[in-house]
Amino acid sequence: MVSEIVEVSGHIIDSLILPKILDEIIDLDGNFEILEIAIGKRKTDPSTTRLRVSATSEQKLQVILKRLARLGATPLTLREVELVRTRQDGVFPSQFYSTTNLPTFVRYQERWRPVQNIEMDCGIVIDPHTSRASCVPMVHVKKGDHVVCGTAGVRVTPLERSRNKDVFQFMGSAVSSEKPKALLIEGVAKAMGSTRRAGQKILVVGGPAIVHTGGGPYLERLIEAKYVDVLFGGNGLATHDIESALYGTSLGTSLDRKAAARDAHEHHMRAINTIRACGGIRQAVRQGVLTKGIMHACVRHRIPFVLAGSIRDDGPLPDVITDVMTAQDEMRHHLKGVGLALMIASTLHAIATGNLLRATVKTICVDINPAVVTKLADRGTFQGIGIVSDAASFLRELCHDLKLPRR
Amino acid sequence: MISNYPDGKPAMPLPSLALLMCRPSHYTVAYEINPWMKVTRQVHQPVAARQWQALYDLLTRSLRVPVRLLRPVKGLPDLVFTANAGLLVGKAFIRTNFRHPERQGEEVIFERYFRRRGYRVVTLPRQFNFEGEGDALWVGDTLFLGFRFRTDATVHEHLSKILHRRILPLELVDKRFYHLDTCFCPLDATSVLWYPGAFDRYGWKAIETHVPDPVPVSTADALRFCCNALVIDRAVILHGGVSKPLRKELERRGFDLYELDLSEFLKAGGSAKCLVLRMTR
Repeated sequence: MVSEIVEVSGHIIDSLILPKILDEIIDLDGNFEILEIAIGKRKTDPSTTRLRVSATSEQKLQVILKRLARLGATPLTLREVELVRTRQDGVFPSQFYSTTNLPTFVRYQERWRPVQNIEMDCGIVIDPHTSRASCVPMVHVKKGDHVVCGTAGVRVTPLERSRNKDVFQFMGSAVSSEKPKALLIEGVAKAMGSTRRAGQKILVVGGPAIVHTGGGPYLERLIEAKYVDVLFGGNGLATHDIESALYGTSLGTSLDRKAAARDAHEHHMRAINTIRACGGIRQAVRQGVLTKGIMHACVRHRIPFVLAGSIRDDGPLPDVITDVMTAQDEMRHHLKGVGLALMIASTLHAIATGNLLRATVKTICVDINPAVVTKLADRGTFQGIGIVSDAASFLRELCHDLKLPRR
Repeated sequence: MISNYPDGKPAMPLPSLALLMCRPSHYTVAYEINPWMKVTRQVHQPVAARQWQALYDLLTRSLRVPVRLLRPVKGLPDLVFTANAGLLVGKAFIRTNFRHPERQGEEVIFERYFRRRGYRVVTLPRQFNFEGEGDALWVGDTLFLGFRFRTDATVHEHLSKILHRRILPLELVDKRFYHLDTCFCPLDATSVLWYPGAFDRYGWKAIETHVPDPVPVSTADALRFCCNALVIDRAVILHGGVSKPLRKELERRGFDLYELDLSEFLKAGGSAKCLVLRMTR
């Protein structure tokens, strides 16, 4: 059975258009279900009804829909979008269509138009001159913009499951620590290889636990081998990476001697202070102050990074963007062309990035805490796979699968 | 809200009635967009001019109705059928969106004419085809709207939002009666002339339910375009050759018949009503 929802409104009761529509559906061997009917109270009030029309084959359904269209009943998706102009900067009209991260099309002037830069929880603005539809975050909408309202004329394409047997067949399955990790990580390695071959970018979103657990050198190796095209993180990741580069400790704990170093609790503050004195991470590398670590590798290999600030930051480093809206825009800018996102040991940055990603981006979330992976999926980034693992172990295994040489 | 009747009461015709016509200087059958039009069956220009003049004289001299004239435009032969310009409601003009590209050139001419005379011009979104008074006729305060061949059913909801009136869409099922005004003619607030063959059973039922006194006409009368009659108060102007039973029906209701020869305009699928647009003075 195939079906489509159609809507018809106007003076459809008095003119017998509604009974006619229902009779026509039956005559053409179809079936209907009245989902909603609102009858006008006075004779000048229009009535509206919404029907689910079904038929045994797509062909039959199309014949019925063609006939119904002539009677004024159009499938909801074939309606033109309703546009309302905004009255205020940064405020959508009250009935605005709130986007998902799935590929979306809008029907405007009888044609389906793809929505550019789709991301979840935004609005859709159509430029009447160029007929281009684009996804616009609430803060960027301008007074007078034509914003799509209601759901009529909006088509969202669900993601097709990959036909190839790859790791993303696990998509949508519950996160569990019981999964065969080695197989999953091997799948991630393959996906990274194919993303790179397809000319798409790989994004890594990292938390400071990468450094705490001793995973820093592995991430460096990924960067050097060109498996990372852009890095997102916060003040923490960069600070502890620099701390370990300058003092060999991470949050005061020696990374190679398994013990808390003496007076090392202040190392991270001294590290921040040193970088601030240099003017920034890039300057510190240029001046020869910072000679190793993840941030050093990014600067040396010209990998762009976005460090977004948060309220608990120490310092922060001069490279940290403390205005969250500016940071979001900077992240958006770097997301163009990203085909795979690897989120390691970061709750806030992973969710923030997940909100900006299209559903077509393969997303891998690695965390020791299964709740983080679930949280990401619950907030709408359902295209990802979750791996419950310690950051360093994951990165070590990944480097091994990617056959990256030890330095 | 646009109301045809400022005092809320239906009145037909309006005391301030005026008509819009266009001389057939460039009238010809240049294309075929309905079953009546055949480019091989051409219009005889001088005869057409004479027939049009007879209608004009009848309206202005005998019936003393003011008639405004639209300047004919070369290359727009159907401009003579001014009923398709749009729908006038008070001082608002709801402009036609012609289905056929051959006639779309007329839209701007009509729009300019009414804009210059201080009317508020309402244009419908391009995706709605709507052919004005050709497909939209008032019976009392209900607007009957013919759809399928020229006008789209979907437009009725849009119009009802503008007019705040009951609008009853009727599907036309015979290609020869491609506009509502070729098969449905309101005589006054309660009676209409109609040709049942142009509608399906849903249309019959809707008409019979909502029109107190529907007067059916025979196929022969319908094919002579008697439903394309122009009604001015108690005067009914139509193409000659009306059958005896129909004449009787009309006279019994107190209407005076004026029969004219409009054969040249039948060649393009139009008659008396198509040549005239109702407007307010």
